[in-house]
This record gives sequence, C-alpha cells and structure tokens, in this order.
Amino acid sequence: MVSSKAPTPETSARSGRAMQFWRRGEPFVWASGGALTMALSLAVAMLLVVVFNGALVFWPWPLMEVHLDDGRRLLAIEVDRQSDPHTNQQRIKYKVANKEFGPDFLWVDAERVTEVSYPPDAFVLERMAFLNYHGYLKQFVTPTLDVALEGSPVEQLASAIAAAQRRMKTEIEPILSAQGILERRLKQQVEAQMLKVKYQRRKLIAAGATPEQEDVVLLNQRLQQLEAERKELLAQSDRLSAERQRLESDIRSNVAVFVDSAGREKSMSLVDIVRGYCPNSMTIGAKLRFYVVKVWELIWTDPRESNQDGGLFPAIFGTVLMVMLMAIACFPLGVLAGIFLGEYAREGVVVRTVRIAVANLAGIPSIVYGIFGLGFFVYVVGGSLDRWLYPERVTADIQQPVFGQGCILWASLTLGLLTIPVVIVATEEAIRTIPQSIREGSYALGATKFQTLCRVLLPMSSPGIMTGFILAMARAAGEVAPLMITGMLKSAPVPVSTQFPFIHLERKFMHLGYHILDISCKSPNVEANQPMIYATTLLLLVIVLSLCSTAIYLRNRMRKRYQLRAI
Amino acid sequence: MDTTKEKHAGPVVRKPVVAGSVGAPHSAVPQTQQPSTEPSPEAQQPPRKSSLTDPIVSCRRLCLYYGTAQALFDIDLDFPRGEVTALIGPSGCGKSTLLRCLNRMNDLIDGVRTTGNLLLDGEDILQPNIDVITLRRRVGMVFQKATPFPKSIYENVAYGLRIAGIRKRSVLDAAVERSLRRAALWDEVKDRLHESALGLSGGQHQRLCIARAIAIDPEIILMDEPCSALDPRSTTRIEDLIAELRGQYTIIIVTHNMQQAARVSDWAAFLYEGKLIEFGPTTKIFTAPDNKQTEDYITGRFG
Repeated sequence: MVSSKAPTPETSARSGRAMQFWRRGEPFVWASGGALTMALSLAVAMLLVVVFNGALVFWPWPLMEVHLDDGRRLLAIEVDRQSDPHTNQQRIKYKVANKEFGPDFLWVDAERVTEVSYPPDAFVLERMAFLNYHGYLKQFVTPTLDVALEGSPVEQLASAIAAAQRRMKTEIEPILSAQGILERRLKQQVEAQMLKVKYQRRKLIAAGATPEQEDVVLLNQRLQQLEAERKELLAQSDRLSAERQRLESDIRSNVAVFVDSAGREKSMSLVDIVRGYCPNSMTIGAKLRFYVVKVWELIWTDPRESNQDGGLFPAIFGTVLMVMLMAIACFPLGVLAGIFLGEYAREGVVVRTVRIAVANLAGIPSIVYGIFGLGFFVYVVGGSLDRWLYPERVTADIQQPVFGQGCILWASLTLGLLTIPVVIVATEEAIRTIPQSIREGSYALGATKFQTLCRVLLPMSSPGIMTGFILAMARAAGEVAPLMITGMLKSAPVPVSTQFPFIHLERKFMHLGYHILDISCKSPNVEANQPMIYATTLLLLVIVLSLCSTAIYLRNRMRKRYQLRAI
Repeated sequence: MDTTKEKHAGPVVRKPVVAGSVGAPHSAVPQTQQPSTEPSPEAQQPPRKSSLTDPIVSCRRLCLYYGTAQALFDIDLDFPRGEVTALIGPSGCGKSTLLRCLNRMNDLIDGVRTTGNLLLDGEDILQPNIDVITLRRRVGMVFQKATPFPKSIYENVAYGLRIAGIRKRSVLDAAVERSLRRAALWDEVKDRLHESALGLSGGQHQRLCIARAIAIDPEIILMDEPCSALDPRSTTRIEDLIAELRGQYTIIIVTHNMQQAARVSDWAAFLYEGKLIEFGPTTKIFTAPDNKQTEDYITGRFG
C-alpha cells in the first residue's frame, strides 16, 4: 500500500502496479536498451553512408543527353535530385564535366528538361588534366603513330591510347630514368660532396687557416672539380630534357578529336587520356570489369591532379607503414613498462601516481603530442642527428636538414608516444588480473619471478596485451592532427625505393586521413571530389578494420589457448 | 614403521627427548613448548628412516608475524620423514601459514616476518641466504585451488624440469610419464598429453598439480587442503594417491576434514590460534588426545 488514506481495492491495485513498474526498473531497462540502440544505429548509419557512397563511386553511370527548353543540350550524369520544400519543384544536379569550358556541375530545374536520351556513342574520358570529359569521338589525328584503328570507337580509342603509351614507354621512359640517375648523382654525390668540402673549408678558415694554406687550396681545387662535374651533369640533364621535350611533343601531336554536346571541338593528346568508355553501350559484365579495374587503380596507382583523381597508393602505403613503424616503436616499450608496473613495482603512492598519470596521458589531445613531436623528435633529436651526421647541411646559411625536419620516422614515433599509454595500461591490467594462485603454483615448482613471467604470465596475459595493441593501432591509424606537423605531406612519393636503405625513414609521406581532409576542405573543386572523399574514407575504414581484425584474430587464438576457464 | 635401523651412522644430533623414545614410535610424545636444542648445522643425514627420531623438518620456536599481528607462536614441531603428517585446526589457526613457511611461500607476502628456526635436514631454511629456488625444488607444494598452467598436460608436468634447465626430450618424456603414473593420471591422459590441461576435470586438475609437484622429485610435498574443492570421488582418488606416495615422499597435509586426516595421516598436529596444542600419532590424537581442546575440536564441539 502506498497511500496512507484508506484506499479502495481498485486504486490500491493500480498504485501497486505502478509501484511494481517502478520497482522492477522497467523504465531503466527501456532507457538502457534505447541508448544502446541509438548508439548502434548512429554507428551503423555512418558506416552505411560511407560504404554505400564509397562503393558506388566507380560504377559507370549512364551518360544522358539532356535537352533543355532553351535549346541547350547537356551530356551529363545525373548525380542528385532535390525538391524545393516550398514550391515542390524538382531540380536535378548534373555532372557535365568538361571543366575547361565552365563549371562541371549544374543544377537544372526538372521542368526545363524537355527530352532525355542515352546516346550509345557518348564517351566519358578520364584525363590527366581537367578531370573528366563528356563528348563524342570525331576523329583521330595520328601523324606519328603507327596504329591500326579498327573495331568500335571505344576499341579504337583504347588501341590508340595504348600505342601512344607504348611510345611513351619505349622512348620517354629511358630518358626519364637516365635523368633520374643523373639527378641522384647530382644530389647525393656531387652536391653533397660540395657541401662537405665547403664545410671543411669554412672550418679550416674559422680555425685560422689562410686562403693560401695548402689544405685550403686543395679543398678549393676539389670544389672546382666538383663544380665542373655538377655543370657537366646539369648540361647532360638539360640535353636529355631537350630530347625528351622533342619526343614528347612529337607523341603529343597524336590527338583524338572530340565534340561535346554544344558542338565545341576539343582535340586531346592521346597520352593525356587515361581511358575512354561509352557507359551507355556497356554490358553489365563490362561495367563490372570496369569497376574492378577502377578499384584496382585506386589501390595501386599514384594520385593525379593534386589528389583529385587517380589512385591512392602512396597514401595507403604511408598509412600502413606509419602504423607498422608506430607499432614497432611503441609496443615493446609499452609492454615492458606495463610489465614493470604490473609485476615488479611495489604497490605504493608512487606506483599509484604513475598509474593515474599514465591513464591520463591517454587523454591528452593528440595535437599536443604533435607539438611535442615537432619540438622533441624533429628539432631536438633530428637536429642533433643532423649536427652529428651531416654537419655540413645545417650551417647558418645552408639549411638542408635530413632528420631535422618532419618525416615518417618522427611521425611514427610521435604516434607511438600517443598510443603508448594504451599499451601500458592494457599490459598492466592483463598481468594484474592473473590470479595470484597461478604465480604461487609456478614459484612452488622452483621458478624464479622472471621464469614465471616469461613462461606463464606473459602467455596468459597476451590476449589482454593484444587488446591494447588493437586499441593503439586503431587510434594511430585514424590520427591525423599530430602528423600534419611531424612529417605528412599533401603529396609525396612512397618512402621506399630500390636504393639503399630501401625504406627511407627520413622522407615525408602521404596519409589517407590527411588525404580526406585535403580533398574535402582544401580543394578548389570539392563537388567533383565528393566521390573520391567517400572512396578514401571507405578505404581508410577498410585498412583500419583489417589491421584491427588481424589483431583480433590473433587475440582470439591466444585467448583460446591461454585463457583460464572457470574450474 | 621401521625404526630398527635407528642411529646406525653419522654424527646425527637429534633432540634427546625424542631420541629416547626409539623403538616405541607411537608412544613418542612430542614436545610442546620444549626448549630447543640446536642441532649442529653440518649434521649429516642418514638414509631415510621413518620415525620422529629422524625428522625431516624441525620447527624451533617458530614465530611468524603479518606486520604486527602474530600468526604463529613458538611452534616446536618435528615432521617425521617419509610419513604423512596432517595439520588440523579451525580456520585461521595458522595451519596454512605454517605450511607455507616450509617452502618460504610467505616471502611473497609483504610484511611477513619470522623468528626462530626451521630446520630442513639440519639446515635453517629461514635464513636469508638460503636459495629459495633450491628449497622449493626440495619442498613441493599442492594448493587448495588447482592451478594448472594454460599449457598442455605434458608441458604442465614438465614445467618444473624445464625451468630447471632440462631440455632433453627423452628425460622429459620419462619424467612426465613417471610423474603422471605416480599421480594415477597416466591412463586417463596418455592419449592427449599435448592437449590443453585446462580441459581436464577438477579432480584431474588436482592430480595434475600433484604430478607436476612430484616431477621435480621433491623430498617433501606440502598439501594445502588439496581436496576441499573436490567431489567425494575425486577426494578418494587423491587420498589413495597420498597413501601410495607415502614412504617415497614426506607429505604434510593441511585439512579441515577430520575423517580425511584420520584416514591418510600417520601423525597429526592440532593447532589453535597460532599455537601448537598437540602433536602425536594420528590414532592417538583421534582416539585418546591428551589435550581437552584437541578432544573438543575432534569431536566437533568447537571450531
């Protein structure tokens, strides 16, 4: 009975029910269930948006010829459709491409469209510059290209492009690689030597040597030699450049002439066209093939047009390499620290303080770590390395630092610092949760503390440690802010080459996270980049998820092996 | 019990009182609060004999403190060699603490301090310079809660040998089989030696822990309520096992189960509130104890 007044049986039953309702915590159960549903549906919605949009980026959508009421014709892909909430009028967003003639996206009121057709011979061209082109193939002008043009227009175009690319490959590429070798010799040998010699001369003079002194004279002679060598190399390189330009303009004179929907002609060098296709005449199989090729290209090729187009290989590679380096740097350190905290450190005020401090470290904003990385790793450590290894590069008037600048090594170490608390906490927890009886069982057999740790405790805590790795890796792979100031570039080649030492830790790198930021916020043509943003986001998600799921798979295997079951 | 070969060799220094009771092992009334006579540390051990005249471990005025709280008060107790001694008493009376002194397991607990002497074959094992690793090899232990390592059955048994640095496969194989046979587990697990030990049952776990303990061939096996978490059937098996191991090993067992103590042990010590109340042959303790407290406890009138 809740009421103090004498209740009628009816009201008492009702209030009893109400009381029971509250006592059972029904609302609480609903609230907690609702909260979970809400959180899950938000996450799922985000994933769906990214996956849906990301997955559809590379599908060859039909190209429609749109006739407008003022007689204009557009060759376009419909990308969006909105209706005005007040007038209920529909308007359509078309991608008309052909950026050199104007905006590549157009909003058109639906009622102005008089006719829509799907011309089977309408081409979409992917180009090295100006993004895509929509138009009709008019003719080929191939004065210096030996190619048999037969088959459908698409096949003709493909074989023409292939022929042009073949010529590029056989004629231009050897020159380019020769130039590359010259460049490397110039940079890594001659110019580096010159810097060293100049540095030695300066040191001698600073030490009080006169310009007539023998060593100074020798150095001067050496410098002159090197200078001559440098000039020679530059001259060679220039000769090669001239040769290359001549050949290139020769190859470029082979063009394909296209007409757009407004009748404007455009002749494009075959080497500037990446590929051309007629989406309206493609079969489903061809579309699927096209899709696979595009995804492949996304993963394995370099970006074009300041990241707006092309592939993402350097960014993918940079992201993965950075996470790996981060792991190598931070996991051993974190695990060792965690072991000490969990197993060796004697419980007390100090240890408790350290534990709280470590846990709080994980909450510091990442940009703070970035600033620390810049100050400590780049300037202090990198600067010292440079002064020690390359003193000639960091004098007052010459600033060509090698390690004293942002690079993948410092970026990885900064991220390692950022994720180390997670690893420490996970390791410590994992070790501390092992029951004391297990330790005693081992000690009772004559094991030392160290033997117990290596043979029993570490295997048993490995699933917990792996959980820490997973969290750390997930955090590191998605972190962008600290990288922006410790070595990430908008566009950089992969920091790996066939030259010793193969992985160049002192180079800058690209990162998927920054790539997203770059094309979504820092690009003049965000609209055109939208598909790319989705694709990159999806790719970043896939990479993080696959790194994590590998770790989770490992963890589950360990768990199966080592977890104590309730006995 | 064979006491006929008493004192045949070596300058064995034993407590005179006990030595005086040669030939009548069951009449040997052990001391309580008896002034200790220090045996000379270089005392050579005669071959195994069984009686109180040849104790394997002797406590002399053993006191133990957890911080400031005293848990053991002047324990004087001789554990006979090759026989089973049961430590009985109500919870918190210091049985386990005493047991854990014998392989210095108490070292793992912060703030534990001991005084007095604990002589294993005449050597004071409470001295700080004693190598606890060697000590624990000589004094094995089986815990109340079986703690098989999350490794294979084979690796569990071979663990003690492996950490001792034995790598030879043939030696390990032989030791594993011998230990498992002795622990009466071999027939049950011989076909799955390399499967996880965690898949065994509770009783098997405990026998595995016993096998693990005897694999390194200790002289003494300490058992801290080894059957308290087991069902009656498994308990019987463990008790049979103790009976079989008797003679090969000195076994000191802590138990709350009076019947069990009566069944498995040759000697029994009754502790109460950190003090040794009575020690004697099990039959005597359980049938005609000298002390009123012992009698009350055994008959279930308190505790």
